[in-house]
Amino acid sequence: MNIAVVLRQVPDLIEPLEVAGSGQALDWGAASFILNESDDHALEQALLLKEAGGGTVTVLALDFGEVDNTLYAAAAKGADRIIKLPMDQDTPPSPQAAAARFAEAIKPLSADLVLVGVQAHDELDGVLPPYLAAALTAPYAGVIRGVKAGPEAGTVTAFKEFPGAVMARLTVKLPAVLGILGADQPPRYVPVSRIRGAMKSTTFEEPEVAASVPESRVAVDKMYPPVSAAHAEMLSGGEDEVAAGIVKILAEKGIIK
Amino acid sequence: MSTAMDRQGVELLERLGKSGEGKSPQGCMQCGLCAASCPLGYAMEFPPRKLILQAESGNLEKVLASPSLWMCIGCYTCSLRCPRDIELTDGLWPALRDQSLQAGIQPPAELQETFQNLFKYGNNLGKSPRQRLDWAKDLDVRVLDLSKEPRPVDVLWLVGCYPSYYPRNQVVTRAFARILTELGVTWGVLGAKEKAVGECERMFGEEGLFETLVEENRKLLDKCEFQTLLTLDPHAFRALQKFYPQHGAWYPVKHYTTFLHERMEQLKPLVLKPVKATVTYHDNCCVGRRCESFDPPRELLGLIPGVELVEMERNRENSLCCGGGGGGMWLDAHIVAHGGHRLSDERIRQAAATGADTLAVSCPYELSRFEDAAKVTSLEGKLRVRDIIELLAESMDLGERNVS
Repeated sequence: MNIAVVLRQVPDLIEPLEVAGSGQALDWGAASFILNESDDHALEQALLLKEAGGGTVTVLALDFGEVDNTLYAAAAKGADRIIKLPMDQDTPPSPQAAAARFAEAIKPLSADLVLVGVQAHDELDGVLPPYLAAALTAPYAGVIRGVKAGPEAGTVTAFKEFPGAVMARLTVKLPAVLGILGADQPPRYVPVSRIRGAMKSTTFEEPEVAASVPESRVAVDKMYPPVSAAHAEMLSGGEDEVAAGIVKILAEKGIIK
Repeated sequence: MSTAMDRQGVELLERLGKSGEGKSPQGCMQCGLCAASCPLGYAMEFPPRKLILQAESGNLEKVLASPSLWMCIGCYTCSLRCPRDIELTDGLWPALRDQSLQAGIQPPAELQETFQNLFKYGNNLGKSPRQRLDWAKDLDVRVLDLSKEPRPVDVLWLVGCYPSYYPRNQVVTRAFARILTELGVTWGVLGAKEKAVGECERMFGEEGLFETLVEENRKLLDKCEFQTLLTLDPHAFRALQKFYPQHGAWYPVKHYTTFLHERMEQLKPLVLKPVKATVTYHDNCCVGRRCESFDPPRELLGLIPGVELVEMERNRENSLCCGGGGGGMWLDAHIVAHGGHRLSDERIRQAAATGADTLAVSCPYELSRFEDAAKVTSLEGKLRVRDIIELLAESMDLGERNVS
């Protein structure tokens, strides 16, 4: 099975996010980046499928957000081809625009299966996977937690979890796009020596991709930190002091008299 | 018929034998002193002697997949007691762990996160590199960031990850900044550019990660002009003293206990305020057992008026490890699952048995390990855990103050 995996870099939340001077977007220059968690699972799922049944894994990513280290790590883990799509802007495209570009890059690959994380935490106006499926005119199933070879050739079995502890087993005809929530096992650790080896030996394919990008109908008016509507009060001091503080608050709220 | 993996075990032992790191493991006579000395040997499927035996017998695969592989806490007891001088701690364990990682066997999950933090952020806590100097915010002494204002200094202080980020350790870090300043030393730090030294990563067998950290640190350190490279962390000291030179990087490194001990005469008139405490000192493994520096920390404590020093039954070279070295700091769940308890819990009971009210330490890991242990063993409030720096700073009237 030939599998294409879409990887996206997202802002790393260990850094406080900053809003750009325009007040309508993040300050991307101040952000640091990390691989989108569910995309990491999509890659793991692809590698597991390849190990179980053969085939190839091709990774695709936009040239954005310190992506090279992520791509070298993917190569070290076992991805066969790495495609880095050049960007002509230093801000991330909308999910629709990104999906259109990924779709154009995936079409020549004749991929049986496209795996992508079910969502990314910086997506603004929708999620990428269904747009990607639409652009590829392929079926889509999302919130998938495990994929295996299907009951017959040209299919895969996907497992989907619904709220309320209900699982569904799906048979998906290929080619298809699956939005992965979690792989069958956590993303593997790859020793840094292998990543360093991949840095020396891996060549990225960087095709120019022309895609017709739909105009977004959603505009951001303002981006801002949430305004706190309530607060917690920390009581300090000895036991008696804290107890007196609690009694005072309860009395003020009218809970006790 | 011997398989490739069978042969790999013998080849690994042969390679270690030729590495110049102690005597060849193939000289092991299976006396079992290592297993008996190891504080976790009782719980290991393969203590050191069995690691060697199995590797030689073609059972390397079994060894590499065993939970035992991730139970060594780098205390050096086995290495120092081995009658055949086999370098088990710095040689055998890291080599086997490396082999395991290269074979694609997944290390314990808690460790994977630490590795990833180090590779991505250069610190083991997964904190923002930009916040590395936050400990110095509003400090009442000047902290020179040499990455921004390069100039020659007496001391380049590699602050370390826990001392930079962990709130409890930051108290010690600030106190040390005041002591350095009080001693009239010109000193600086690398600020947000500083990276972990990487000792534990080498002990983990993550040689590629260690090499990456060595390269990144070299780029920074080689630009700086200093007389002494100073660290609060005995593990970092060990790495800079022994493993960095193996990568062509030599620096005049000192652990802070040695540095301050060399300035005892200067300290004497400054250590004036009595600190009424009965103190027992825990020897850390790297500066203590491995480098046999047992007296300087005790003599520093002896300077402080009011301090009465008492010894634990296990002290100096026979000290029991806190369980945090060699990567144990990030393997508590694994070690408790396979060994049944944390060594720091056992050690703090030994400290309490002396009747001391203070457990003095000289390693950044030990503050959190022993303070956690005090809670677990119901010793909280009875036995305070304090770094030697804190006790000195209190006596010098340089303790925590004026910090927002």
